[in-house]
Amino acid sequence: MYATNYHRASSVQDAVKLKSGTEEGKYLSGGMTLIATMKQRLASPSDLVDLRHIPDLKGISVNGRSVRIGAATTHYDVASSVELKAVCPAICDLAHHIGDPHVRHMGTIGGSVANNDPAADYPAALLALDAVVVTNAREIKAGDFFTGLFETALEEGEIIVAVTFDAPEKAAYAKFRNPASRYAMTGVFVARRGNGEVRAAVTGAGADGVFRHDGIEAALATNWSADALAGVTVDASDLLSDIHASSEYRANLVKVMAKRAVAAA
Amino acid sequence: MAKVKMTVNGRQVGSECEDRTLLVHFLRENLALTGTHVGCDTTQCGACVVHMDGRSVKSCTILAAQAAGSTITTIEGLAGGGDLHPVQAAFKANHGLQCGFCTPGMVMTAVDMIRRHGANLDEATVRAELDGNICRCTGYHNIVKSILAAAAEMGGVQQAAE
Ligand SMILES: Cc1cc2nc3c(=O)[nH]c(=O)nc-3n(C[C@H](O)[C@H](O)[C@H](O)COP(=O)(O)OP(=O)(O)OC[C@H]3O[C@@H](n4cnc5c(N)ncnc54)[C@H](O)[C@@H]3O)c2cc1C
Ligand code: FES
Ligand code: FES
Repeated sequence: MYATNYHRASSVQDAVKLKSGTEEGKYLSGGMTLIATMKQRLASPSDLVDLRHIPDLKGISVNGRSVRIGAATTHYDVASSVELKAVCPAICDLAHHIGDPHVRHMGTIGGSVANNDPAADYPAALLALDAVVVTNAREIKAGDFFTGLFETALEEGEIIVAVTFDAPEKAAYAKFRNPASRYAMTGVFVARRGNGEVRAAVTGAGADGVFRHDGIEAALATNWSADALAGVTVDASDLLSDIHASSEYRANLVKVMAKRAVAAA
Repeated sequence: MAKVKMTVNGRQVGSECEDRTLLVHFLRENLALTGTHVGCDTTQCGACVVHMDGRSVKSCTILAAQAAGSTITTIEGLAGGGDLHPVQAAFKANHGLQCGFCTPGMVMTAVDMIRRHGANLDEATVRAELDGNICRCTGYHNIVKSILAAAAEMGGVQQAAE
């Protein structure tokens, strides 16, 4: 790892100020992506501004059906939240299948969303839940937030403060894990609202990162069942192809994971 | 360089290190606690697992500076004097190790797992919970057996104490 300077922020304002005084500083949350990348010398921030001790960024609140998850809330705390499980068990289940227990004790929703790894799990949930990413400056709809591979709408220095959404009537996430890395080789999050609106978001498969699938959404809006997906076609030409799976294999996985998710919802 | 202070195995410690120093290197090199191992550079093997503020974490992917002010327990802090911790005793009784390289991480992981699940642990849960720990020798069977035996033993002790 290249040398760096560590700073611990006590508030969001403090963090912005600390970072603005650095040459090429980065915010640090759980470090499960950033420290791991720095160890490989694939990132070399001059400074790290630790957000993990900012009280405003932590915790989960559920008010009726409206949910707010602080950016520095760990995957473990999302997975084990009793209030959250009561209104949206799908997101708890998703968090429970990220990485391994030790990664879940450190990694946070804010870090995962800011990183927008094309194989990460949370982006699919946020897109399917029509969630809002709340920053220190504004509110960004998930549909406008994820802009490409490891790319987001965040401006330089902008901090994610929380993620908010209204709990859906039904939802579930099905993930085909890469057996070595635990990341999603393909994951599908399906959600249905009381008004019948259906959203289905796919992670791990898209060449441009997380995306919604119109065909799956239309089929499920007419008939919320795994059988309804039998006739849906998934175009392999927009999908990732790598040593783990070809784009055709992923296209099939999208359909299978969507079926499993609907069956589990 | 800055002085990093934390509580390790019940003892207040402070030592100078670079900001980029990983917690595992701080423990091994600054504090000479070499029970915590490094088995990979991809955050995948779990040989480095310690407890930070009561939760299992991979000390190879946390800066010592991030851990400043926290309470750390390493494998050296488990046994009470000459008495092995029940998880250590179960690994010994069930032949839960061969070369022993992964064992400190396995034992720290098991203690955390039993803290969260108690005597309700079943085999499928233990295997799923071992996602972040790699063993190149045992084939995991005796590790799983050791953890289940320890969970039963510790669950029993907790019940007896209530
Ligand atoms: C072995 C292993 C397995 C994993 N498996 C999975 C998996 O199956 N699925 C999955 O989804 N992920 C997986 N991960 C990644 C994990 O979920 C990370 O926790 C997550 O990607 C990053 O969160 P973090 O809190 O650790 O962020 P960090 O690593 O601290 O930061 C990541 C990036 O986000 C930025 N950032 C952090 N917080 C904020 C904020 N509040 N505002 C603005 N920018 C911010 C940082 O500057 C950095 O660029 C795995 C990681 C490991 C090591
Ligand atoms: S050394 Fe920490 S996970 Fe391998
Ligand atoms: S006992 Fe040798 S690696 Fe596990």
